Amino acid sequence: MKRLVYTLGFFATLLIVWESLARAGVWSAVLLPSPGSVARYLGDSALDGTLAGASLVTLRRLLAGYVAGITVGLPLGLFTARFRFLRDTLGLVALGLQTLPSVCWVPLALLWFGQSEGAMFFVVLMGTVWSMIIATENGVRNVPPIYARAALTMGSRGLHTWLRVLLPASLPFVVSGMKQGWAFAWRSLMAAEIYVTVLGGFGLGHLLHYGRELNAMEQVIGVMAMIVAIGLLADKVLFSPWERFLHRRWGTAR
Amino acid sequence: MTFEIELISPAPAKLSVNDVSKRFVSGSLSVHALDHVSLEIGEGEFVCLVGPSGCGKSTLLNIIAGLERTDGGSVSTDGSGISAPGRDRMMMFQEAGLFPWLDVLGNVLFGLNLKPGLTKTERIQVARHYLRLVGLEKFERANVHELSGGMKQRVALARALAPNPRVLLMDEPFGALDALTREQLYGDLQRIWAERRKTIVFVTHNVREAVCLGDRVVLFSPNPGRIREEFTIDLPRPRDINSVDLARYATRITAALKNYTAGDGPEEASE
Repeated sequence: MKRLVYTLGFFATLLIVWESLARAGVWSAVLLPSPGSVARYLGDSALDGTLAGASLVTLRRLLAGYVAGITVGLPLGLFTARFRFLRDTLGLVALGLQTLPSVCWVPLALLWFGQSEGAMFFVVLMGTVWSMIIATENGVRNVPPIYARAALTMGSRGLHTWLRVLLPASLPFVVSGMKQGWAFAWRSLMAAEIYVTVLGGFGLGHLLHYGRELNAMEQVIGVMAMIVAIGLLADKVLFSPWERFLHRRWGTAR
Repeated sequence: MTFEIELISPAPAKLSVNDVSKRFVSGSLSVHALDHVSLEIGEGEFVCLVGPSGCGKSTLLNIIAGLERTDGGSVSTDGSGISAPGRDRMMMFQEAGLFPWLDVLGNVLFGLNLKPGLTKTERIQVARHYLRLVGLEKFERANVHELSGGMKQRVALARALAPNPRVLLMDEPFGALDALTREQLYGDLQRIWAERRKTIVFVTHNVREAVCLGDRVVLFSPNPGRIREEFTIDLPRPRDINSVDLARYATRITAALKNYTAGDGPEEASE
């Protein structure tokens, strides 16, 4: 309770100082608008639906590419851990491409898919899939051999061992790979939306971009706040349950 | 009432090790782990394999478990050859090897879930029965990391017993535990062995432990791994590891062990 009061107090003070400095005209409102005007923008755009609409478009792109990336990356990671040939080929490709910010795919994606949802999907997919492959492969290869041996003596074979032993045993790695993939995908999608106009829909990145073009800094900051909020929400909704489970089971919580 | 039927111990198996040899080669290094080893283990017998590291006792256990193949010779249970792991032979390791993503009950259920012919409720009943047997019925929802080393090995024992094997293979299962916990487990293991009638092959380098548990203690020497001598332990059960009679056996066996390994002391580390 005390911690909550302190936290709220800290942010309230911050906002009050910011607001009073802005009102006192210490800097031009064009450079940094007051929190009040940002709040007004957020209120208005929430009411007329632009903010929700843009968030929805962005989230849909993100989720589609992300889910596809996980779905493809997880089995590919398992295969890469299983087959030496794949480790020497796909594993190397994944390692290399993982270091490439996936926004670098935008020029090619535009060429291949046009200014379409397909291009956005591809960029998000590229942001997710390599991290996922590497994390899964790494996870499987870090499983203590005793787990597989114990499972073998208990009658576990082949696919059962993969799905019931190696995969759950590498869960800590897989979840951190999912988190990293999410971070890569989210950043790349934002960058892509800011610098490419996609005809399929008007996302948060576009909203931010037009805020800049219109010199409406309260819109820019309002959209940034929205992006932060979605990031936090994703962390809480998508990853916290997994992390809580891992901490509880593995005993890794502080 | 499949649950009760499931708990009935099957007849313990007879194990025959016939002329088994095994060599490990890694690079230029070659270790002759087992050299023409033969051993008969009777139904329901508790046999301890003792020797310094590198003498092949763990290798023999792995071969019986079906985790490793022989280079020559054969191993059979009741006359049928062993080539792969099987549910009739369960193994316990020095590390408990419990699965951290499952709770205690989930770990005991792992092997049971692979056994056909049981409903889910029956499996859970069987798992609980074995958790009771090792005294951990109150911990079925506990996570593995919350258990002490001794409790982990108890869960591992319950997990190994749950599929109702005919042979229990134990590879230094108490090696990493403190003395007090070990003594409790000696008592528990003897009680469970008497109750469940399993053939047990127990690998250790602790001579006292071997005398305390085994009907028979088989002495190995390394380079190449060979059986040197066997001792029948004629002491009433349950045995107390601190008893004088037991110490007398242990002294004799330790002397023999020193005698066999005296010449090649420095090579002991070649495992």
